[in-house]
Amino acid sequence: MSMTATAGRAHADPHHIGLVVEHPGPAPKRTVTAYGFWVFLLSDIVMFSCFFAAYAVLADQTAGGPKGSEIFEQRNVAIETVCLLLSSFTCGMASIAADVRNRFWFYLGMAVTCMLGLIFLAIEFREFADLVARGYGPSRSAFLTSFFSLVGCHGLHVSAGILWLLTMMAQVFAKGFRADVLRRMMCFALFWHALDIVWVGVFSVVYLLGSGV
Amino acid sequence: MSDQTHARSEHDIAPGDEEQHSVGERVLGYVVGLALALLLTATSFFIAGTDLVWQPSIPVALIVLAIAQMGVHLVFFLHITTGPDNTNNVLALAFGLLVVFLVVGGTVWIMGHLNQNMPPMDQIMPMRR
Repeated sequence: MSMTATAGRAHADPHHIGLVVEHPGPAPKRTVTAYGFWVFLLSDIVMFSCFFAAYAVLADQTAGGPKGSEIFEQRNVAIETVCLLLSSFTCGMASIAADVRNRFWFYLGMAVTCMLGLIFLAIEFREFADLVARGYGPSRSAFLTSFFSLVGCHGLHVSAGILWLLTMMAQVFAKGFRADVLRRMMCFALFWHALDIVWVGVFSVVYLLGSGV
Repeated sequence: MSDQTHARSEHDIAPGDEEQHSVGERVLGYVVGLALALLLTATSFFIAGTDLVWQPSIPVALIVLAIAQMGVHLVFFLHITTGPDNTNNVLALAFGLLVVFLVVGGTVWIMGHLNQNMPPMDQIMPMRR
């Protein structure tokens, strides 16, 4: 490590002009991994923005079917929102616990996060099943197609997140707080917080704007 | 690539990581973020259903509140800051936001004009025959 640092410094000032650029070497793996995952999350958000754009364009194309204000129930959406928000908080608590290597608080935080995520998914699934049973499935109108694909895509992400969450608990149980496990845990926390940011857009644009207009 | 977890002083900081803080300070950050986010969420749901305010202002207010809440999440949960060790993360975020605004803004703009310039469907259908 010190060898490369010295060599790097010599290369940084080959003509001895006195302007030595301190070259700290490659970034730690934790930084590189998280940055790569951050770029993936941003591209995921770009994908969600395409669904948002489709929804914004098609929201009025109801083809004689129901309008948003007729099928949205604000009470359910409020419960879903609070669930995801609290789960983001408990996920943050779990990642702090992982950083200080406290197993009890880590398991507790992750378990509460999992429960809140499952409650969110259950409410969303019931809403979807109820709509389909009333004949308002995704094939009813362009509005419903864009609604189901946007909200359903977010729901799929939450489902994948819960599988990942359980995997992280199992890995900590089996392998302990190793550096690679902690990196995965950091990526999971980023993923879960990013999903909550997407949900802020969903409940504002789809449910609140849609039920008002 | 070294595998050190806490050698961060001279390097960029990972997204989601904070500078060295005690556990109490970190928990407090999440609590403040949660309180702000709950406040903004409650305001959004209240504004959407109320008739206390001028009605055409409601969609604008909802969008402003949503952007504010996304900012709260970015700062308090994802720990994106303006510090020099966070420049890479902020630049990636800025590029992502540029693409998002191009996609959403461009789509809404163009498709809105297309809808205005098109005759209604019941007038198009006879022309096809």
